[in-house]
Amino acid sequence: MCLAIPSKVIKIENTIATVDVYGARRDVSLLLMPEEVTTGDYVLVHAGFAIQKVDKEAANEALSLIKELLEKQEQEEEFY
Amino acid sequence: MEVCGTHTVAVFRHGIRGLLPESIRLLSGPGCPVCVTSIKDVDTAVALSKVSGVVLVTFGDMMRVPGSSRSLYEAKAEGADVRVVYSPLDALKIASENKDRRVVFFATGFETTSPLVAATLFEAEKEGIENFYIYSVHKLVPPALKALLDSPEVNVDGFILPGHVSTIIGSRPYEFIGKDHGIPSVITGFDAKDILEGILMLLKQLDAGMSDVQIQYRKVVREEGNPRAVATINECFKPSEVYWRGIGTIPESGLILKDKYRKRDITEIVNVDVPEGSEPKGCSCGEVLRGVKLPTECALFAKKCTPETPVGACMVSTEGSCAAYYRYRSG
Repeated sequence: MCLAIPSKVIKIENTIATVDVYGARRDVSLLLMPEEVTTGDYVLVHAGFAIQKVDKEAANEALSLIKELLEKQEQEEEFY
Repeated sequence: MEVCGTHTVAVFRHGIRGLLPESIRLLSGPGCPVCVTSIKDVDTAVALSKVSGVVLVTFGDMMRVPGSSRSLYEAKAEGADVRVVYSPLDALKIASENKDRRVVFFATGFETTSPLVAATLFEAEKEGIENFYIYSVHKLVPPALKALLDSPEVNVDGFILPGHVSTIIGSRPYEFIGKDHGIPSVITGFDAKDILEGILMLLKQLDAGMSDVQIQYRKVVREEGNPRAVATINECFKPSEVYWRGIGTIPESGLILKDKYRKRDITEIVNVDVPEGSEPKGCSCGEVLRGVKLPTECALFAKKCTPETPVGACMVSTEGSCAAYYRYRSG
């Protein structure tokens, strides 16, 4: 349940940010962010809320791992 | 012990157990919110869904958890209006679009999730959406760890602490683990490298006779956590004694609404008195959640209890220890 995914902020309007993960876009709330967020930042998103800023390099690394995992999982499921 | 259910799954997915020498044994802890929600709380959610005019909104994880007689999924099949959302804000949207209904969010989860629900309550107040309620079964991780450590049957040399709960609360609430119990702990991330590094940091502490709370998952965890999220929780909720499935009643380990927000507590408005639920016969979820038994040591595992026909909650949730052992079991 506590899964959270690093997402890139592409637009900010008041307390709502539009984020991008592999081209999938959604709006997330910035109400819980402890520091200011700007376009281009990576944030950790859990259930529709940004909960922390993520170091950009670390975010790219985590995203490539999640992508690799999803691909591996798809391959694995094909065997079932 | 890895406390968090997301770690349990990651440990299996990355094949980490197979990489470790026999002297290192990973135990799964009580960090799957679905698994520690009591049968009575599931029964209450089911009963609420059956009340005329109520829309019961939940995270998808809770749908198939068996109550005493039925799950929310079965209640929905019987005609109850049960809806699954990704975010508590989606539940608020349902409330704003259905002003003639009482929309109740089944608020499960640990410190990662409770600030989101609190922020959603702020929004409900701000927008004047009066028909939005919650049924809070939120739980807190540090009091559960304290209860585990106070129990003589639990024998753990180090803790892999949850990454995203700690994004919110930081490292300080865990300091008692070292101070009072002399056990080291490391707040750890979720990829293979993170987990292996977390284990290595624990071993180094053990070797040096240290018992600190260290942070491996630096990219999102700071010592102070996320102060704004913690303040948001504290504005809406206060700690209360609650029942954890498999562990029992733990003081100050759950969150109930403060007086100011009590009008949003559905149990203040609708009376659904359900009897105490009883655990399914033969189910070892309790021992599994305390790290006393491995899922494979339960008589029902992979026989009567499978992900298709789960008996206990630990087999239902994808983050439950039993479901993880089942999915990645050999043979």
